[in-house]
Amino acid sequence: MATAQPIVQYLDVNKVYRGGNVAVEHINLTIERGDFVCLIGTSGSGKTTTMRMINRMLEPTGGQILFNGEDIHKKDPVKLRRQIGYVIQNIGLMPHMTLYENITLVPKLLKWPEAKRRAKAESLIKMVELPVDYLDRYPAELSGGQQQRIGVIRALAADQDLILMDEPFGALDPITRESLQELVKSLQEKLGKTVVFVTHDMDEALKLATKIVVMDGGHIIQNATPAELLQHPANQFVRDLIGEERLIQARADVTTVGAIMLKNPAVITPGKSLPEAIALMRKRRVDTLLVVDDNGYLKGFIDVESLTHQYQKSTAVADIMQTKLFYVQETALLRDSVDRILKRGLKYVPVVDADNKLRGIVTRASLVDMVYDTIWGGDNDNGDASNPEPVDQEPAEGGGVNE
Amino acid sequence: MSSFLAAHGTELVVKTWEQLYISAIALGLGILVAVPLGIALTRFPRTAKVVIAIASMLQTVPSLALLALMIPLFGIGQVPAIVALFIYSLLPILRNTYIGMEDVSPTLKDSAKGMGMTPLQSIFQVEIPMAMPVIMAGIRLSAVYVIAWATLASYIGAGGLGDLIFNGLNLFQPDLIIGGTIPVTLLALLVDYALGRLEKRLTPHTGREEVGQ
Repeated sequence: MATAQPIVQYLDVNKVYRGGNVAVEHINLTIERGDFVCLIGTSGSGKTTTMRMINRMLEPTGGQILFNGEDIHKKDPVKLRRQIGYVIQNIGLMPHMTLYENITLVPKLLKWPEAKRRAKAESLIKMVELPVDYLDRYPAELSGGQQQRIGVIRALAADQDLILMDEPFGALDPITRESLQELVKSLQEKLGKTVVFVTHDMDEALKLATKIVVMDGGHIIQNATPAELLQHPANQFVRDLIGEERLIQARADVTTVGAIMLKNPAVITPGKSLPEAIALMRKRRVDTLLVVDDNGYLKGFIDVESLTHQYQKSTAVADIMQTKLFYVQETALLRDSVDRILKRGLKYVPVVDADNKLRGIVTRASLVDMVYDTIWGGDNDNGDASNPEPVDQEPAEGGGVNE
Repeated sequence: MSSFLAAHGTELVVKTWEQLYISAIALGLGILVAVPLGIALTRFPRTAKVVIAIASMLQTVPSLALLALMIPLFGIGQVPAIVALFIYSLLPILRNTYIGMEDVSPTLKDSAKGMGMTPLQSIFQVEIPMAMPVIMAGIRLSAVYVIAWATLASYIGAGGLGDLIFNGLNLFQPDLIIGGTIPVTLLALLVDYALGRLEKRLTPHTGREEVGQ
């Protein structure tokens, strides 16, 4: 029954402290195997409470939490905790134990034989790029960043599938924090672990998470992938938490080419005659035409230069059509496409869907709009609003420059 | 000096032994009771306040009075003396054990629990080792007190170096007083030093020393 099952499931979980203080209420959350879930919120939002209920460091006062499909309330809390890695903000390495003893603490509790523990510790310490002879050192002999590396691998030592991390890098300087974030992310991906990560740092969440759970006042406000969160913040609170600046900047990060493309490019079918092509160019005030077949598939393009050279010799568009064509997918991120558009010095790029059907074009002018928004702030509230100005005139601007 | 030793040498050795023996039993009982009690109290903070208050109160009873109070209960001799000294030894050990255990960083306790240690594993593998220097400080303090106060035990017939001092007082012989006092002081210093060595051995290594030097 194991594989398809979510690793953790909250079923309408409440936690009310004595005296009626509500920590969290009606928490319904499913954490899939392999997810990197960031719980984010301000202090008192209930994010830490939510996390700490998984390994029964706190007991819910209502509802159910399932771990691998089993109600954790029916499990021995000590055994449960040994199955779940735990990394806390202040590192929590035992100062009176060597790194070896610290790393193999849980395996020792689980009564692994010495040889197996030694092998595990050695392979783990190599994974975080610390020398093996550090195993005999004490935590106090290490820097804060090195200590937290040990804190991280300690949580992996007993082959736990689920790791809980409570603001693990909050106390570290930015450079160390960044390297640890990368370490955790790569370990998580490489080893296929599920991570539940509490943070108040949106940058950290956006960088690490596959799912971000925004909490406020003991409730889940939004549960979304980082891209969804940036594109569709559920309410003003989420927007504030993300920050207006990041939202605008993020627009380039998450906006797809399809969102800003111009939808009505000047096109022609291969069978048309050259005079028809010229007439269309004049009418639309463009110097190139995209060639699509009757079903809308992109075939190539013709430009005014080849048209004048070939005018006498050829008759149909198909004859002078150039098929070497740079185009982008509709779903591609604008961020990735901008560079290529600019580097190649293209005036515009056709946009196609997955079937290679022409959907629109992105012009340099639409890029200008994006940059304008980033610098001057978005004038439109919903981040995915497409081109504020129409329209099909824009290819003409390219033409104008050319002449 | 040598004439004093010639006259009282054997007596001195016997009395010193008695002093040490009474103190050691009282202290040993004190440790056996106060350390586990102090640890247990950290789990019941409300009871802890009451118990420590009672222990503090016992400490304020004048030592001679406490010894005298033992007579109706246990008669005279070594038993009442040991009981009285045991009561005296409790407070410093109890209080230091309690404070030492309370002072173990909540982070470490949280970490120990979160990794799946049972409460007993956490106490024995994490909390006691971390609290050891403070607990040992309480024991050393108690040891010095108990050895000094054991002198008074002679008053209720328990023997010890107090016999020499009281004799000296009664007979106006200053050499007896000094001859009894110096061994008490030496004994206290010696025991404190020995316990200090023990403390070093019991205090877990953290690698911090090497870094500091």
